[in-house]
Amino acid sequence: MPKRLLTILLHSLSLLPLLLLIINGLGGRLTANPIQAITQRTGQAAVLWLLFSLSCSPLQWLSGWHFAGQARRPLGLYAFFYAALHFLTFAVLDYGLNLSLIGAALLEKRFILVGLLALLLLLALALTSNRAAMRYLGRHWKRLHRLSYAAAALAVLHYLWAVKSDIRQPLLYGSILLILLTLRLPPIRRALIHLRQRS
Amino acid sequence: MKAIPSSEITPEEVYLSRRRFLKQALVLTGAVALAACAPQSVATNPPGDDGATATGSTDELGDRLTSYQDVTNYNNFYEFTTDKVAVARLSSGFISSPWQVQVGGLVESPKTFDLDDLRARFDRQERITRLRCVEGWSMVIPWLAFPLRDLLNEVRPTADARYVRFESLYDPQQFPGQKDKWFNWPYVEGLTLAEAYNDLTLLATGLYGKDLLPQNGAPIRLVVPWKYGFKSIKSIVKIDLVAEQPTSFWMAAAPNEYGFYANVNPNVPHPRWSQASERRIGELGRRDTLLFNGYAEQVAELYRGLDLKANY
Repeated sequence: MPKRLLTILLHSLSLLPLLLLIINGLGGRLTANPIQAITQRTGQAAVLWLLFSLSCSPLQWLSGWHFAGQARRPLGLYAFFYAALHFLTFAVLDYGLNLSLIGAALLEKRFILVGLLALLLLLALALTSNRAAMRYLGRHWKRLHRLSYAAAALAVLHYLWAVKSDIRQPLLYGSILLILLTLRLPPIRRALIHLRQRS
Repeated sequence: MKAIPSSEITPEEVYLSRRRFLKQALVLTGAVALAACAPQSVATNPPGDDGATATGSTDELGDRLTSYQDVTNYNNFYEFTTDKVAVARLSSGFISSPWQVQVGGLVESPKTFDLDDLRARFDRQERITRLRCVEGWSMVIPWLAFPLRDLLNEVRPTADARYVRFESLYDPQQFPGQKDKWFNWPYVEGLTLAEAYNDLTLLATGLYGKDLLPQNGAPIRLVVPWKYGFKSIKSIVKIDLVAEQPTSFWMAAAPNEYGFYANVNPNVPHPRWSQASERRIGELGRRDTLLFNGYAEQVAELYRGLDLKANY
């Protein structure tokens, strides 16, 4: 498939959750509790796109597919985009920017604190996801962007602590994340690249 | 609320023929299917298209009733699914008649009631109560209900009876969610005897002037308005008077999060949801959560001397 088409596909698929949210919102189909529905959907999208973004490098090592490497940044930025929407839904729509209520919720609920931490990490990564920042930061850029692993782990933890009793879905995401991170261990990574070069 | 442009207002004749169509549809597909596709309705008197009716339009605090549409389409009922908006659809084929409720345990005269018996013996009345879910949302619902006390007086608890234990139907054929072994089925709930005898403790068989729909716990459910919604167990088949404190479904699932009492209390935080505030379904902002869900006057006495933080 030509790269141009792949790029269009990547952006359309990444905007799909937002599009569905808008369509369902206009159609009044966001349940009787629309704010909760928006919170849950944007949160889900943020975690999923983080996992997509983190799948890119292993996929590239294994397949040699260049586009996978190029998709990493936009996918990560979409993850930040949905995480930011998720946070804005919480702070503005849900709590009406009532700072005392938000502050109390932050102090009282470890899952909100962890979620905020993940968002702040993603913010730092999003702000430095451009050529100028890469040039400026040099070799530090790569180190800084390893924080995406921590952000993903915090996001999954946030989800795990937020669900009611049935933790199977966050556990699934956590397992996928664990695999994606394990593949990054240098010996495994080398083995993956070796595997491709031999075949 | 968005203003509706006049171009979108349905002409009367179209509206009326739609009503006729809906009435026929009601005959053809039954009330359940209709409720799922009925247009947004507010508390109406006389009944709207969905047949929902209520004598009152607010609770005793002046809070407006939650719309019939929302009450019947946003349901926590894990026996069907954990997806609140899918319960109405998945439960439409639920068979709640015939139905029996077995009342026994530490009582002088155990009895098994047919639902028709219950309806004939106990006068149901409209009781408008607030329902506060532990997840931080709430509704105001006009139940058709009778006090649990009336039923207990009929079976006469013995002196050893200290708690009432309730059990929902166990039937994975009808309740697909019960095939999920993650949870400990059937659903069980419990009250102290004093709580069970309180004026506010109701057995509901209807809402909005109609019999309960499956998604709301047909054909009979508990209503304990000063406790989080999960205490108000649905589709009850068994009520036992017991000496020991029953372990409820949610106590078994997550004992550090859900206690036996589960009284609505803004001062006792839950690890997941803010209990200091809540969203009333149909409203956008948050409102403060009231101690005992606003029923402190009627129930605070029950907990005199009890540490509510330790006994959450």
